[in-house]
Amino acid sequence: MDLLYFAWVRERVGTGAETVDPPEAVVNVADLICWLSERSPGHAAALAEPAHLRAAIDQRFVPLDAPLGDAKEVAIFPPVTGG
Amino acid sequence: MINVSVQPAPIDLVSELAAVEIKGAGGIATFIGTVRGDDGVTGLTLEHYPGMTEGMLIALAEEAFARWELLGVTIVHRVGEMAPGDHIVFIGTAAAHRKEALESCAYLIDRLKTEAPFWKRETRGDAAMWVEAKANDLDASERWT
Repeated sequence: MDLLYFAWVRERVGTGAETVDPPEAVVNVADLICWLSERSPGHAAALAEPAHLRAAIDQRFVPLDAPLGDAKEVAIFPPVTGG
Repeated sequence: MINVSVQPAPIDLVSELAAVEIKGAGGIATFIGTVRGDDGVTGLTLEHYPGMTEGMLIALAEEAFARWELLGVTIVHRVGEMAPGDHIVFIGTAAAHRKEALESCAYLIDRLKTEAPFWKRETRGDAAMWVEAKANDLDASERWT
């Protein structure tokens, strides 16, 4: 599974992209965030407060309880601020 | 006709406006968002999600076409480094009559602010800070749903 991080999530994780192979117990985006937060202190700092995070699966916004299913690309980022 | 561009280059307002001046249009509405220089801001960096951003802007333009009788929609959003006064976004809508053009233009900027994956980082001298999403932007977007 390809992961993308943007804005301060990217800065705190320390990279904008990585590939992971989560265990079967990781069913939805919230599970993935929890699992990722143990990868490094940077991940822990970026992902500590899921309420401040938003996500997209295969370039579509999803709520954090969305199942990962056959997701190829999951992005985690703060609420958007364009325009 | 839908034109969408996400670009590091400055927005060429003259040519973007000319492109949305479609034959038969009785009204053209435009919105231009600029980098504010208040509150000590000296620079703005726009990050985005390549691929998804363009897809969401096209989807928003298609939603506007489904909702109003339109002849053309242009959305140009700049990314990368900008300075106060620079243009961040240009939205142009063309319709037979002003009501459709004005309403769809307001719809597009309100929805873009909550539905397109862009992130702003402001700099004030040596200090940088990611801009937080505003609750009133969410309210403005949701009034159309």
